[in-house]
Amino acid sequence: MQLLNRAAIALLLCLLAGSAAGDSLDSGDTAWMLTATALVLFMTLPGLALFYGGLVRSRNVLSVLMQCFAIACMVSVLWVLAGYSLFATNGGGLQSLIGGTSKFLLAGIGTDSVEGTMPETVFLMFQMTFAIITPALIVGGFAERMRFSAMLWFSALWLFVVYLPVAHWVWGGGWLAERGFMDFAGGAVVHINAGVAAVVAALVMGKREGFPTTPMPPHSLPLTVTGACMLWVGWFGFNAGSALAADGAAGMAMLVTHVGAAAGSLAWMTQEWIKFGKPSVLGIVTGMVAGLGTITPASGFVGPGGALVIGLSAGVVCFWATQIIKRKLHIDDSLDVFPVHGVGGFLGILLTAVFASDGLGAFSGLGLAEGSTIAGQIGIQLLGALATLAWCAVATFVILKIVGATVGLRVDRDEETEGLDIAQHDERGYNL
Amino acid sequence: MKLITAIIKPFRLDDVRNALAEVGVNGMTVTEVKGFGRQRGHTELYRGAEYVVDFLPKAKIEAAVADDLVERVIEAIADSARTGKVGDGKIFVTSLEQAVRIRTGETDDSAL
Repeated sequence: MQLLNRAAIALLLCLLAGSAAGDSLDSGDTAWMLTATALVLFMTLPGLALFYGGLVRSRNVLSVLMQCFAIACMVSVLWVLAGYSLFATNGGGLQSLIGGTSKFLLAGIGTDSVEGTMPETVFLMFQMTFAIITPALIVGGFAERMRFSAMLWFSALWLFVVYLPVAHWVWGGGWLAERGFMDFAGGAVVHINAGVAAVVAALVMGKREGFPTTPMPPHSLPLTVTGACMLWVGWFGFNAGSALAADGAAGMAMLVTHVGAAAGSLAWMTQEWIKFGKPSVLGIVTGMVAGLGTITPASGFVGPGGALVIGLSAGVVCFWATQIIKRKLHIDDSLDVFPVHGVGGFLGILLTAVFASDGLGAFSGLGLAEGSTIAGQIGIQLLGALATLAWCAVATFVILKIVGATVGLRVDRDEETEGLDIAQHDERGYNL
Repeated sequence: MKLITAIIKPFRLDDVRNALAEVGVNGMTVTEVKGFGRQRGHTELYRGAEYVVDFLPKAKIEAAVADDLVERVIEAIADSARTGKVGDGKIFVTSLEQAVRIRTGETDDSAL
């Protein structure tokens, strides 16, 4: 009897230890994820804000900085109120589409709450920074002409109708996750979403006054390069942080991210050099963003050889996409969000299926899931990318029509000529 | 007295200033200006979008000098501003009727 008791106690202890191991906090993982979270916020503030700020004309520089800043603040609050819960929790009957309401106002989350091997506070903060940068990226599509109030309404509605459902489909246990869709750090969730929303916004709102006959050169490329460099560094948090651990997967993600950025930069620069005769500063940094956006979905699945090919193709494909959309089709996606992020994200999602394979010699990745083939996985990737594109395009269009009918999307012509800094904020970027 | 107005390439400004100091010019006014002559403009390219820039940045120097200095001043400016390429600029000489130093009330040559 005593023996039996001892055995029962031992078994109980084993079970307890076992369950604790699944949910136990790892200080190394936690330390890295705290760092990664700060890096991803740094991508938006000030990275993306400066990148965009330099690209617009001097009379609109503050409006773009303000839009990025205000989105960061607003999304943070919305994330705490409802966003995190709708993204991460089980949605019950609607689980395949959207999460539940059990963690509204972060109910029940304290210092002891653990998610994976890190405190849940760290996990929810890390995911929050992704929800911030995605609507901030869209700013580039409607820059230099949208009313500030309309921008706030649009971004808030878009977060709930587009970002949260798609993020839940892919990372929150939704229908794409169930089908084995591979999007490590946000090729679809962040980049296809932002790119498609930007081009739809550009189409719905119309061209900037004077486009494409009036010159609209960037007012400060040094600001743009500074912002781009911050994006590159911050992207290590974005991709390597998506491993949600301080381990070999995170290390490999950092390596392939870096290779993708470097290869994308060189590819864009070379294209320009051949086509236009000079390698440009704006070209090399745009190639970097294209390389980073394209490697993002693949960053947890491919090796350095695959990253090289992905980065080079991003530089070439996104370069030509930019020429076609802006110069041929005359669509005024002001800061080229769709050709760089949308096209790059789409390309990356598809190439992930190819270079994740472990049968490509020097270009091998970490291996597809058991029983998957490259062709089969491409089908799943295509489904996920098209579903994201379709939902985002339709929902963005509807949101813009609603905001347009109620608040009004555009500033009037005089205000646009005067610049949004004075018209919307009563301030000037440069008092020289 | 003459007013010498020179339009030069901005990066030659320091050399011109030093050359003028050597021939005895004790003051000048410098303005950043834009314009074009035979050099015309140039094109700029941003992500494939081409912009024609008609007006190029130049530096304008104005110096009032005594008549006996004029030839040396023109020579000093021309020598120090010349690169031999199109766009080196121009020198204009105009007559000056009067000059007054505000602090002391001195006039003409003694005011320069």
